[in-house]
Amino acid sequence: MAKVTFKQPDGTETTVEAAAGVTVMEAAKINLMSGIEAECGGACACATCHVYIDANWVEKTGKPNEMEEDMLDFAFDVRETSRLSCQIKISDELDGLVVEVPEKQF
Amino acid sequence: MSVVQGTDQGEVIETDVVIIGAGPVGLFAVFELGLLDIKAHLIDILDKPGGQCAELYPEKPIYDIPALPEVSGQGLTDRLLEQIKPFDPAFHFNERVDRLKRLEDGRYELETDAGTIFRAKVVVIAAGGGSFTPKRPPLKDIEKFEGKSVFYTVRRMEEFRDRDVLIVGGGDSALDWVLSLQPIAKSMTLMHRRDDFRAAPHSVQQMRALVGAEKMRLVIGQVSELKGNDGLLASATVKTKTGEETVVCDRLLPFFGLTMKLGPVADWGLNLHENLVPVDTEKFETSEGGIFAIGDINTYPGKLKLILSGFHEAALMARKAHSYIHPDKKLLFQYTTSSSSLQKKLGVRD
Ligand SMILES: Cc1cc2nc3c(=O)[nH]c(=O)nc-3n(C[C@H](O)[C@H](O)[C@H](O)COP(=O)(O)OP(=O)(O)OC[C@H]3O[C@@H](n4cnc5c(N)ncnc54)[C@H](O)[C@@H]3O)c2cc1C
Ligand code: FES
Repeated sequence: MAKVTFKQPDGTETTVEAAAGVTVMEAAKINLMSGIEAECGGACACATCHVYIDANWVEKTGKPNEMEEDMLDFAFDVRETSRLSCQIKISDELDGLVVEVPEKQF
Repeated sequence: MSVVQGTDQGEVIETDVVIIGAGPVGLFAVFELGLLDIKAHLIDILDKPGGQCAELYPEKPIYDIPALPEVSGQGLTDRLLEQIKPFDPAFHFNERVDRLKRLEDGRYELETDAGTIFRAKVVVIAAGGGSFTPKRPPLKDIEKFEGKSVFYTVRRMEEFRDRDVLIVGGGDSALDWVLSLQPIAKSMTLMHRRDDFRAAPHSVQQMRALVGAEKMRLVIGQVSELKGNDGLLASATVKTKTGEETVVCDRLLPFFGLTMKLGPVADWGLNLHENLVPVDTEKFETSEGGIFAIGDINTYPGKLKLILSGFHEAALMARKAHSYIHPDKKLLFQYTTSSSSLQKKLGVRD
């Protein structure tokens, strides 16, 4: 199990427990986190699971691959720290991960 | 595949069945109807068949189609097209069915946004998650500019003549329109969030050549605000790596892909439950006799939104549709393996 914290645009923070192997998007959906839509169910085909990775975690989560980078073109207000949360698998390494939910998912 | 190109405004097409949506389920419905001697026209707002499979995940594998251990979204679409070929369905792409009403003679009349009119005894709604619609950037007040200064598709190129045009995006739609509109626009700016494009390499090259020749601008950044009055755009504020910039523009074309919206289906007077069309599980008919709903668009106790379920629904729907279209003909149950009449229809026996 690993802890993941979701920061909402209004400042509220929610920490959830997630099993290793599930994606950050799935952890959000299981816990009914608002602001993560995930229309395509994690197929890297919709860009509605966009998050910003907390600066302290950017190195551990790594950079998007080419397919994800292409899909990020369909997200709104993309930043250096942008990722699609369905493409990040939770592992012990990522225990404590903090991500920020964008104001809008499109 | 018979693709019917832009029929004349107001033309009337008479047919047995109109299928709304050419996703996997609409395509397979052609097969099941065809076996029962029923001819169909298919209408889709997309420019190609395959629905979600072709638009959202053409290259991704599907593992739960019976007897196909692995097939891609496009692969499944191609196989369905091959399977329905003997029935030569007529496809109408780039058209959205906007209106559906019952005529006095009991048939249904449908009208598309392009003005094509269909009359049919049976309507099959295979609209999936709804019609694919361009994504609207969540910019403040953008809806006030839509239709006057902000467009998501180019219906009339003249709309852009002698205008300061800003196109946003990095895929083929964005690049294709940059290249087509640049010669007639007063000024052309392409904006994308990164200096890397998904579009076909030769269009990217052509665009870069125009930038090199100072015939257009390329701005790497993202729109953060629109400015203007009474629906008339004056400029866009752009966030770039180094700060903010203003791009003067009176026409904006944002290309951020498509999303599925229920759309006009909601306006046809059918019972709806949470944006889905309730049907029975014997015939998959809606609250209106002669209008069926199959695939992702319908709901009933136990419904699974799977392609497999849609195929089953199509088979049962076709039998009831037969009773409306050929009321005087008795329907026999036959196997394609052994029925010579079915094999004739499939063109595998003379
Ligand atoms: C990423 C992803 C992966 C998936 N993986 C699987 C899987 O492994 N197995 C599985 O079984 N399913 C899978 N699905 C679900 C599957 O794709 C859908 O169940 C299937 O596409 C539904 O088919 P359909 O024909 O009912 O609708 P759709 O495929 O949604 O097609 C409906 C079509 O109707 C058109 N339309 C709607 N309204 C109108 C209108 N008014 N006028 C004109 N056209 C209209 C739309 O533009 C669309 O093209 C997946 C879906 C996604 C997004
Ligand atoms: S859920 Fe669709 S891209 Fe992540």
